[in-house]
Amino acid sequence: MNQFAYHQQQMQAPMPMSYQHDGKSAETRNLKPGELSTGTTIMAIPFEGGVVLGADSRTSTGTYIANRVSDKLAQLHDHIWCCRSGSAADTQALTDYVRHYLSQLAIETGRAPTVKTAAHLMRRLCYENKDNLMAGVIIGGWDPVEKGSVYNIPLGGTCIKMPFAIGGSGSTYIYGLVDSMYSEGMTEEEAHTCVKKAISHAMARDGSSGGVIRTVVVKESGNAREYVPGNALPFGP
Amino acid sequence: MSLSLSAGGSVRAASANSNASQRTRQPIVTGTSVLAIKYNGGVMMTADTLCSYGSMAKYKDARRLQSINPKTLIGGGGEYSDFQAVTELLKRNALEDKCTADSLYDEDASEECAREVWNYLRAVMYNRRNKMNPLWNDLVVAGFSAQGDSFLGFVDKIGTTYEDNYIATGFGSYLAMPILREKYREGMTEGEARALLEDCMKVLFYRDCRALNRIQIAKVTKDEGVLISDPYELETDWSSAAFITPKATLDGDGGW
Repeated sequence: MNQFAYHQQQMQAPMPMSYQHDGKSAETRNLKPGELSTGTTIMAIPFEGGVVLGADSRTSTGTYIANRVSDKLAQLHDHIWCCRSGSAADTQALTDYVRHYLSQLAIETGRAPTVKTAAHLMRRLCYENKDNLMAGVIIGGWDPVEKGSVYNIPLGGTCIKMPFAIGGSGSTYIYGLVDSMYSEGMTEEEAHTCVKKAISHAMARDGSSGGVIRTVVVKESGNAREYVPGNALPFGP
Repeated sequence: MSLSLSAGGSVRAASANSNASQRTRQPIVTGTSVLAIKYNGGVMMTADTLCSYGSMAKYKDARRLQSINPKTLIGGGGEYSDFQAVTELLKRNALEDKCTADSLYDEDASEECAREVWNYLRAVMYNRRNKMNPLWNDLVVAGFSAQGDSFLGFVDKIGTTYEDNYIATGFGSYLAMPILREKYREGMTEGEARALLEDCMKVLFYRDCRALNRIQIAKVTKDEGVLISDPYELETDWSSAAFITPKATLDGDGGW
């Protein structure tokens, strides 16, 4: 520093910008360039005798919709289903592994695996590979022990049994709505309507969710899939 | 406190912050594509009514098509606050022109034609670009030139300009441009032009995360000037069997 200089150069600390936004949403920030993401809205609500699972159908790479009618409700076993959010590749791989292990387990034990087992299998995979995965899933299904149950496995591999679960980038927009709509002991009709309504609200506001609503109602007697087209949504788009 | 668009930030702020070269910001509230084509009656333009806040579809009734004077229409994508500032600037200029015209009774004499507006915007945008503080927009200018033929031009945030028979900005430049190139003919009727634009907007709604199916269509004609429609919703199709069949079954491909 020239001590005879009339003006000293100030040491510039990095100026804090009053608004830091790199344009990326939380869901896409960690994806590699070009990687496929399911920025998404997923949801599951148990009812007396089963579970309703629902999801939107938009798969995006950046702001391009790579698939506008994707199927994010993956079947893991006869009465166990999984809603996928995050990286499409990661969740497909996880789904394949869990299906494999569950089918082996069913043969070894001679009976259908419980939802809790499926959830904890998924948790093991998500937790032990947490540095390499970007996957948030909701496991829902019916088993003779717990009847309908729902487990939420967010990023990082926490596994937590919940009275209802929402996930994906679109879920942030419907926390208030679902909190106000949900009550203990809903019937199948109420739960199904609630899922479709909440997902359509999320799709109306989240740019990464959209398309159609796919739901599956899982009961002891079987699985019933439903398709709500994008021009017949309860709300929006 | 400077209210001028060209200042690009106050002088006081510039000297206090010696990193004056770092002023290019990220857009916050953004509009997506704008499409426009010439047809036999004049020029037609369309845009959806959504402004997104990052990935959130926050403002669903934003008006991205504005009439500057009775003969000129502009549409803007990109940062909505900058588009509002540009619109305000142009409307202010139009008002000044009208009030200071040689004759108060001769309306036509004072109006800038679309080509003049387009050139002026080029100067404004390039000037801000030189200060590293752009107005973050893609602008489409439609109307007529002084000679009376229809005019359609584009100005972007760094001051690039071109004019053509059809223009598409944002995602539209990738998805709608090929459709426009295929289907455009000299002297299309109004119905054909509108059907083509609606088809392109439908494709954009299917494939652009930041698009909405609620759109506005506007036209500029010699006789009636600028007419901007009220927003309305496009029909969309989700009924294909391939869409409905579930893919993520036990023996399926995973359903990406």
